[in-house]
Amino acid sequence: MTEYRVMMETAALFSRSSSVWMRNAQVWSKLAGSSLLGSFAEPLFYLFALGYGLGQFIGSVEGVSYIVFLASGILSTSAMNTATFEGLYLAYTRMEVQRTWDGMLSTPLGVTDIVLGEVMWMGTKSVISAIAILLVTALSGFVESVSALWVLPIAFLTGCCFGSVALTVTALSRSYDFFMYYLSLVVTPMVLLSGVFFPLASLPETVQGLVAFLPLYHVVEMVRPLMTGGVPGSLLLHLFVPAVYCLFFISLAISLLKRRLLN
Amino acid sequence: MHAFVKTPQIVHLMNPPVIVNANRLTKSYNGKTVVKGIDFSIKKGECCGILGPNGAGKTTTLRMLVGHTSPDEGRLEALGLPIPEKAREMRSKVGVVPQVDNLDPDFTVSENLYSYGRYFGYNRKALEPRIQKLLDFASLQDKADSRVQALSGGMKRRLTLARSLINEPELLILDEPTTGLDPQARQLIWQQLRQLQKEGLTIIITTHYMEEAERLCDRIIVMDHGTILADDRPETLIKKHIEPHVLEVHGDDVDKWHDALQFGAAIRFEQVGETRFYYGSELKSLIDSLDGWSGLRYLYRPANLEDVFLKLTGRDLKDD
Repeated sequence: MTEYRVMMETAALFSRSSSVWMRNAQVWSKLAGSSLLGSFAEPLFYLFALGYGLGQFIGSVEGVSYIVFLASGILSTSAMNTATFEGLYLAYTRMEVQRTWDGMLSTPLGVTDIVLGEVMWMGTKSVISAIAILLVTALSGFVESVSALWVLPIAFLTGCCFGSVALTVTALSRSYDFFMYYLSLVVTPMVLLSGVFFPLASLPETVQGLVAFLPLYHVVEMVRPLMTGGVPGSLLLHLFVPAVYCLFFISLAISLLKRRLLN
Repeated sequence: MHAFVKTPQIVHLMNPPVIVNANRLTKSYNGKTVVKGIDFSIKKGECCGILGPNGAGKTTTLRMLVGHTSPDEGRLEALGLPIPEKAREMRSKVGVVPQVDNLDPDFTVSENLYSYGRYFGYNRKALEPRIQKLLDFASLQDKADSRVQALSGGMKRRLTLARSLINEPELLILDEPTTGLDPQARQLIWQQLRQLQKEGLTIIITTHYMEEAERLCDRIIVMDHGTILADDRPETLIKKHIEPHVLEVHGDDVDKWHDALQFGAAIRFEQVGETRFYYGSELKSLIDSLDGWSGLRYLYRPANLEDVFLKLTGRDLKDD
């Protein structure tokens, strides 16, 4: 009997958070043009400029040409950035400017439903950005294997992970300005240290040890072999770290937003 | 015919059911008690106005009512459900019109109604006929496909009101629904609220406009400093607290005129800013004495809710 109740409650929770997801998806579909531009034109500029520009000097890295090496890093970073932007600026706008969440809280929806729906949506946006980048890189011949399609579920996890961290930052923010601290002090160093632009082997060993705590590093470790025709090693570990971040920050965001919105 | 009210039109002549019941409700923030053990109950079909200056505890009371904040002490029941424990179930049967518009600016009018209806778990098929009716009700038929950003303030408020009815609520809660609207827009909202009231909907409304409260509400709760100062029908409140007639006088010579006056204890006198108020059942001698004072502006009128409000909550400026 209790199992049945848990099942029913999970279904109800999923259905409530889906209505939040659908609201965001519907808004996105109306403004998809500009949104797509941000989430995939910019990373592609980086890919082609750095890939061709630096690639000339670098030649091949880890057995593939630099641009192929870089493509997987750019896709991972873009999945992270898309969810981060959504979880910071757009979520803050919904919370403080448009008061969308206040409106939702007058319906049967609660803070948990809103956070889960938002995080699922951030995961979805990362998948959309990954699809776009995968398409362009594949057409340009920078993807070595069909197994690259496996990056899509990984992009979903990436989006949920960084989306929930961003939502936590948003829950603590008093204005948009606060986001610069997170972006400059957390996101940028993480991109530079996670093996996006160069192999980690070039870093000092102490730094390499710390990098194992960065979720983006684990994402890159999975995405790179999938896009360059290899097989990711230690897959469970690389899935585990972003998943733990995701669960931890989802619960943190829920409790912080409860304190902020229901007081 | 607009039948948004799901509950059958049974007339409970003798004993209408209690929709909201609050017992010794108390709430503090950071050591400051904003609601101090208030008791009230609202019966089905009532339109109850909660009046009070800023900081009186009105908004906190409403937030407790919809389960957005938990009372520190006391018991609260709405639609027969304990709050906040069963707040989700209760909110599925309640409509809320917030003080600040939170419509989705990226959506059209009907998209706003759809997405809000989805939060209640309704699908498109169930919502379609409701939305048509609500657009008619809000006189927004021609605007169904307009972006919300393109609507006037009055239209946005009407849409917010229509949106709050999407779940066919048994209780409607409005937090200052006409603040910032022009007089025409306000009249239209009042008309719609009266219509809902006629259909038997129970309404709780906070407002700063005494005229609004007097016109719409058959029950007024006056709050200040977290307590309930009065709770009665508007006409009873006026009778109980204020003399029947009021003379307001202001103008350049008002001090001179006042000093020359002679009136007995039967006339009560108050001063607010530069206006002088005289309350009593016989003000004829005062009115006669206005003759010849061309610099005076005056108004002779029956006592109203504003007089009650000012008497009960004091005449100081409330800025907190």
